[in-house]
Amino acid sequence: MSDIAIKHISKPHPVTGVTNGKLGIWLFIASEIMLFGGLFSAYILLRTGSPSWPHGSSVLNVPLATLNTMLLITSSVTMVMAWASLALKNVGKFKFYLGLTILLACGFLIVKSFEYGTKFEHHHFPSTSTFYAVYFTLTGLHVLHVIGGIIVNAYYLFPGSKMWETNPEQFLCRIENAGLYWHFVDLVWIFLFPTLYLI
Amino acid sequence: MSHSEAEIRKHVRVYITVFIALAVLTIATVLASYFHLPLKQAITLALFIASIKATLVAAYFMHLISENKVIHSILLLTGFFFLLLLLLPAMR
Repeated sequence: MSDIAIKHISKPHPVTGVTNGKLGIWLFIASEIMLFGGLFSAYILLRTGSPSWPHGSSVLNVPLATLNTMLLITSSVTMVMAWASLALKNVGKFKFYLGLTILLACGFLIVKSFEYGTKFEHHHFPSTSTFYAVYFTLTGLHVLHVIGGIIVNAYYLFPGSKMWETNPEQFLCRIENAGLYWHFVDLVWIFLFPTLYLI
Repeated sequence: MSHSEAEIRKHVRVYITVFIALAVLTIATVLASYFHLPLKQAITLALFIASIKATLVAAYFMHLISENKVIHSILLLTGFFFLLLLLLPAMR
Protein backbone atom coordinates (compact mmCIF):
# COMPACT_ATOMS: atom_id res chain seq x y z
CA MET A 1 0.00 0.00 0.00
CA SER A 2 2.73 2.43 1.00
CA ASP A 3 4.53 1.78 -2.32
CA ILE A 4 1.61 2.98 -4.39
CA ALA A 5 0.50 5.79 -2.06
CA ILE A 6 0.53 9.24 -3.61
CA LYS A 7 3.48 11.19 -2.26
CA HIS A 8 3.75 14.80 -1.07
CA ILE A 9 0.08 15.28 -0.22
CA SER A 10 0.60 16.48 3.32
CA LYS A 11 4.29 17.45 3.19
CA PRO A 12 5.66 19.95 0.63
CA HIS A 13 7.27 18.50 -2.49
CA PRO A 14 11.06 19.11 -2.36
CA VAL A 15 11.08 20.67 -5.85
CA THR A 16 8.00 22.90 -5.76
CA GLY A 17 8.00 23.65 -2.03
CA VAL A 18 4.22 23.10 -1.83
CA THR A 19 2.06 20.00 -1.46
CA ASN A 20 0.91 18.40 -4.70
CA GLY A 21 -2.70 19.07 -3.71
CA LYS A 22 -2.07 22.78 -3.32
CA LEU A 23 -0.20 22.96 -6.63
CA GLY A 24 -3.12 21.15 -8.24
CA ILE A 25 -5.81 23.44 -6.83
CA TRP A 26 -3.84 26.56 -7.86
CA LEU A 27 -3.44 25.22 -11.41
CA PHE A 28 -7.18 24.56 -11.44
CA ILE A 29 -7.85 28.13 -10.21
CA ALA A 30 -5.51 29.41 -12.96
CA SER A 31 -7.64 27.61 -15.57
CA GLU A 32 -10.77 29.04 -13.93
CA ILE A 33 -9.33 32.56 -14.17
CA MET A 34 -8.95 32.01 -17.92
CA LEU A 35 -12.50 30.60 -18.19
CA PHE A 36 -14.07 33.60 -16.48
CA GLY A 37 -11.56 35.89 -18.23
CA GLY A 38 -12.86 34.74 -21.62
CA LEU A 39 -16.43 35.48 -20.57
CA PHE A 40 -15.51 38.89 -19.11
CA SER A 41 -13.71 39.64 -22.37
CA ALA A 42 -16.87 38.69 -24.31
CA TYR A 43 -18.89 40.96 -21.99
CA ILE A 44 -16.57 43.94 -22.69
CA LEU A 45 -16.72 43.27 -26.46
CA LEU A 46 -20.52 42.93 -26.51
CA ARG A 47 -21.07 45.98 -24.29
CA THR A 48 -18.68 48.30 -26.15
CA GLY A 49 -20.07 47.12 -29.50
CA SER A 50 -23.69 47.60 -28.50
CA PRO A 51 -25.48 50.89 -29.42
CA SER A 52 -27.28 50.91 -26.05
CA TRP A 53 -26.80 49.02 -22.80
CA PRO A 54 -29.05 49.18 -19.73
CA HIS A 55 -27.61 50.41 -16.43
CA GLY A 56 -27.44 47.31 -14.20
CA SER A 57 -29.40 48.90 -11.35
CA SER A 58 -32.29 49.84 -13.66
CA VAL A 59 -33.01 46.21 -14.60
CA LEU A 60 -31.49 44.14 -11.78
CA ASN A 61 -32.24 43.99 -8.05
CA VAL A 62 -29.29 45.75 -6.35
CA PRO A 63 -30.48 45.26 -2.70
CA LEU A 64 -30.81 41.47 -3.22
CA ALA A 65 -27.40 41.32 -4.92
CA THR A 66 -25.87 43.37 -2.06
CA LEU A 67 -27.35 40.87 0.40
CA ASN A 68 -25.83 38.05 -1.67
CA THR A 69 -22.44 39.79 -1.67
CA MET A 70 -22.58 39.98 2.12
CA LEU A 71 -23.58 36.29 2.36
CA LEU A 72 -20.66 35.23 0.16
CA ILE A 73 -18.11 37.45 1.94
CA THR A 74 -19.29 36.07 5.30
CA SER A 75 -19.05 32.50 3.97
CA SER A 76 -15.48 33.20 2.90
CA VAL A 77 -14.54 34.30 6.42
CA THR A 78 -16.32 31.30 8.00
CA MET A 79 -14.43 29.02 5.57
CA VAL A 80 -11.07 30.41 6.61
CA MET A 81 -12.16 30.20 10.27
CA ALA A 82 -13.01 26.51 9.70
CA TRP A 83 -9.44 25.96 8.48
CA ALA A 84 -7.98 27.92 11.42
CA SER A 85 -10.11 25.96 13.92
CA LEU A 86 -8.91 22.67 12.43
CA ALA A 87 -5.30 23.89 12.52
CA LEU A 88 -5.89 24.55 16.25
CA LYS A 89 -7.24 20.95 16.48
CA ASN A 90 -10.71 22.14 17.52
CA VAL A 91 -12.91 19.78 15.48
CA GLY A 92 -16.17 21.00 17.02
CA LYS A 93 -15.50 24.58 15.96
CA PHE A 94 -14.28 23.41 12.55
CA LYS A 95 -17.58 21.62 11.92
CA PHE A 96 -19.54 24.63 13.15
CA TYR A 97 -17.76 27.03 10.78
CA LEU A 98 -17.83 24.64 7.80
CA GLY A 99 -21.54 24.01 8.39
CA LEU A 100 -22.11 27.77 8.54
CA THR A 101 -20.19 28.20 5.27
CA ILE A 102 -22.51 25.67 3.58
CA LEU A 103 -25.63 27.34 5.02
CA LEU A 104 -24.48 30.79 3.83
CA ALA A 105 -23.80 29.33 0.37
CA CYS A 106 -27.30 27.83 0.34
CA GLY A 107 -28.63 31.26 1.37
CA PHE A 108 -26.83 32.73 -1.65
CA LEU A 109 -28.54 30.18 -3.92
CA ILE A 110 -31.98 30.89 -2.41
CA VAL A 111 -31.60 34.66 -2.96
CA LYS A 112 -30.32 33.99 -6.49
CA SER A 113 -33.32 31.75 -7.23
CA PHE A 114 -35.65 34.60 -6.17
CA GLU A 115 -33.78 36.91 -8.54
CA TYR A 116 -33.97 34.42 -11.42
CA GLY A 117 -37.63 33.66 -10.60
CA THR A 118 -38.62 37.32 -10.86
CA LYS A 119 -36.76 37.62 -14.16
CA PHE A 120 -38.54 34.57 -15.62
CA GLU A 121 -41.92 35.87 -14.35
CA HIS A 122 -41.31 39.04 -16.35
CA HIS A 123 -40.33 36.90 -19.36
CA HIS A 124 -36.70 37.94 -19.20
CA PHE A 125 -34.64 35.05 -20.54
CA PRO A 126 -31.07 34.73 -21.88
CA SER A 127 -32.55 35.10 -25.39
CA THR A 128 -34.33 38.36 -24.48
CA SER A 129 -31.35 40.65 -25.07
CA THR A 130 -27.55 40.66 -25.20
CA PHE A 131 -27.57 42.11 -21.66
CA TYR A 132 -29.62 39.20 -20.29
CA ALA A 133 -27.50 36.69 -22.26
CA VAL A 134 -24.38 38.05 -20.56
CA TYR A 135 -26.11 38.29 -17.16
CA PHE A 136 -27.45 34.71 -17.18
CA THR A 137 -24.24 33.19 -18.60
CA LEU A 138 -21.92 34.85 -16.07
CA THR A 139 -24.15 34.47 -12.99
CA GLY A 140 -25.27 30.97 -14.09
CA LEU A 141 -21.69 29.73 -14.39
CA HIS A 142 -20.94 31.30 -11.00
CA VAL A 143 -23.98 29.57 -9.46
CA LEU A 144 -22.66 26.23 -10.77
CA HIS A 145 -19.38 26.97 -8.97
CA VAL A 146 -21.28 27.74 -5.74
CA ILE A 147 -23.13 24.40 -6.04
CA GLY A 148 -19.80 22.64 -6.63
CA GLY A 149 -18.36 24.27 -3.50
CA ILE A 150 -21.38 23.19 -1.42
CA ILE A 151 -20.94 19.56 -2.57
CA VAL A 152 -17.21 19.52 -1.75
CA ASN A 153 -17.68 21.21 1.64
CA ALA A 154 -20.61 18.94 2.55
CA TYR A 155 -18.41 15.93 1.75
CA TYR A 156 -15.68 17.22 4.08
CA LEU A 157 -18.22 18.04 6.80
CA PHE A 158 -19.79 14.56 6.84
CA PRO A 159 -18.18 11.42 5.29
CA GLY A 160 -14.84 13.06 4.42
CA SER A 161 -14.20 14.22 7.99
CA LYS A 162 -13.36 10.60 9.00
CA MET A 163 -9.90 11.31 7.60
CA TRP A 164 -9.23 13.56 10.63
CA GLU A 165 -8.95 10.33 12.72
CA THR A 166 -6.59 8.53 10.34
CA ASN A 167 -4.57 11.29 8.66
CA PRO A 168 -5.13 14.72 10.26
CA GLU A 169 -2.30 16.42 8.32
CA GLN A 170 -3.72 15.44 4.95
CA PHE A 171 -7.24 16.40 6.05
CA LEU A 172 -6.02 19.87 7.07
CA CYS A 173 -4.44 20.24 3.59
CA ARG A 174 -7.73 19.17 1.98
CA ILE A 175 -9.64 21.82 3.95
CA GLU A 176 -7.08 24.46 2.99
CA ASN A 177 -7.46 23.52 -0.69
CA ALA A 178 -11.27 23.46 -0.48
CA GLY A 179 -10.96 26.93 1.09
CA LEU A 180 -8.78 28.20 -1.76
CA TYR A 181 -11.48 27.15 -4.24
CA TRP A 182 -14.23 28.70 -2.13
CA HIS A 183 -12.37 32.04 -1.82
CA PHE A 184 -11.95 32.02 -5.61
CA VAL A 185 -15.74 31.65 -6.01
CA ASP A 186 -16.10 34.68 -3.69
CA LEU A 187 -13.47 36.55 -5.72
CA VAL A 188 -15.38 36.03 -8.98
CA TRP A 189 -18.53 37.43 -7.38
CA ILE A 190 -16.57 40.47 -6.11
CA PHE A 191 -16.09 41.40 -9.81
CA LEU A 192 -19.46 40.16 -11.11
CA PHE A 193 -21.45 42.24 -8.61
CA PRO A 194 -20.22 45.73 -9.60
CA THR A 195 -19.77 45.00 -13.32
CA LEU A 196 -23.28 43.57 -13.80
CA TYR A 197 -25.37 45.37 -11.16
CA LEU A 198 -23.74 48.74 -10.50
CA ILE A 199 -22.49 50.09 -13.86
CA MET B 1 1.17 24.45 6.10
CA SER B 2 2.34 24.11 9.67
CA HIS B 3 1.67 27.04 11.93
CA SER B 4 2.14 27.60 15.61
CA GLU B 5 -0.93 28.19 17.76
CA ALA B 6 0.01 31.82 18.43
CA GLU B 7 0.46 32.41 14.69
CA ILE B 8 -2.99 31.05 13.87
CA ARG B 9 -4.61 33.16 16.59
CA LYS B 10 -2.93 36.19 15.05
CA HIS B 11 -4.25 35.09 11.63
CA VAL B 12 -7.79 34.92 13.03
CA ARG B 13 -7.62 38.57 14.14
CA VAL B 14 -6.48 39.51 10.62
CA TYR B 15 -9.38 37.53 9.08
CA ILE B 16 -11.91 39.47 11.17
CA THR B 17 -10.32 42.81 10.19
CA VAL B 18 -10.35 41.82 6.49
CA PHE B 19 -14.00 40.76 6.81
CA ILE B 20 -14.97 44.18 8.23
CA ALA B 21 -13.01 45.91 5.45
CA LEU B 22 -14.79 43.81 2.79
CA ALA B 23 -18.21 44.64 4.26
CA VAL B 24 -17.41 48.38 4.41
CA LEU B 25 -16.09 48.38 0.83
CA THR B 26 -19.22 46.56 -0.39
CA ILE B 27 -21.44 49.23 1.18
CA ALA B 28 -19.16 51.95 -0.26
CA THR B 29 -19.40 50.60 -3.81
CA VAL B 30 -23.21 50.32 -3.59
CA LEU B 31 -23.55 53.86 -2.17
CA ALA B 32 -21.21 55.22 -4.89
CA SER B 33 -23.48 53.72 -7.56
CA TYR B 34 -26.40 55.86 -6.30
CA PHE B 35 -24.49 59.03 -7.25
CA HIS B 36 -24.91 58.08 -10.94
CA LEU B 37 -21.42 59.24 -11.92
CA PRO B 38 -20.56 59.47 -15.63
CA LEU B 39 -20.00 55.92 -16.99
CA LYS B 40 -16.20 56.20 -17.25
CA GLN B 41 -15.77 57.37 -13.66
CA ALA B 42 -18.37 54.86 -12.41
CA ILE B 43 -16.52 51.95 -14.08
CA THR B 44 -13.14 53.14 -12.77
CA LEU B 45 -14.43 53.54 -9.20
CA ALA B 46 -16.32 50.20 -9.19
CA LEU B 47 -13.31 48.31 -10.56
CA PHE B 48 -10.96 50.11 -8.17
CA ILE B 49 -13.01 49.08 -5.12
CA ALA B 50 -13.47 45.53 -6.50
CA SER B 51 -9.70 45.25 -7.00
CA ILE B 52 -9.01 46.25 -3.39
CA LYS B 53 -11.54 43.68 -2.19
CA ALA B 54 -10.08 40.98 -4.45
CA THR B 55 -6.55 41.78 -3.24
CA LEU B 56 -7.66 41.47 0.39
CA VAL B 57 -9.31 38.08 -0.25
CA ALA B 58 -6.35 36.75 -2.28
CA ALA B 59 -3.66 38.06 0.08
CA TYR B 60 -5.18 37.09 3.43
CA PHE B 61 -7.92 34.45 2.99
CA MET B 62 -5.97 32.62 0.25
CA HIS B 63 -2.66 33.23 2.11
CA LEU B 64 -0.97 34.59 -1.03
CA ILE B 65 0.93 37.09 1.11
CA SER B 66 3.00 34.24 2.58
CA GLU B 67 2.73 31.78 -0.31
CA ASN B 68 5.50 29.90 -2.10
CA LYS B 69 7.11 31.42 -5.22
CA VAL B 70 5.90 28.54 -7.44
CA ILE B 71 2.31 29.63 -6.79
CA HIS B 72 3.23 33.29 -7.38
CA SER B 73 4.83 32.42 -10.74
CA ILE B 74 1.77 30.43 -11.85
CA LEU B 75 -0.47 33.36 -10.97
CA LEU B 76 1.82 35.92 -12.62
CA LEU B 77 1.71 33.94 -15.87
CA THR B 78 -2.07 33.51 -15.58
CA GLY B 79 -2.47 37.21 -14.79
CA PHE B 80 -0.57 38.14 -17.95
CA PHE B 81 -2.80 36.01 -20.19
CA PHE B 82 -5.91 37.16 -18.29
CA LEU B 83 -5.06 40.80 -19.01
CA LEU B 84 -4.35 39.89 -22.65
CA LEU B 85 -7.85 38.36 -22.84
CA LEU B 86 -9.42 41.52 -21.40
CA LEU B 87 -7.48 43.72 -23.84
CA LEU B 88 -8.52 41.61 -26.86
CA PRO B 89 -11.77 43.55 -27.41
CA ALA B 90 -9.72 46.77 -27.69
CA MET B 91 -7.51 45.36 -30.48
CA ARG B 92 -8.85 45.99 -33.93
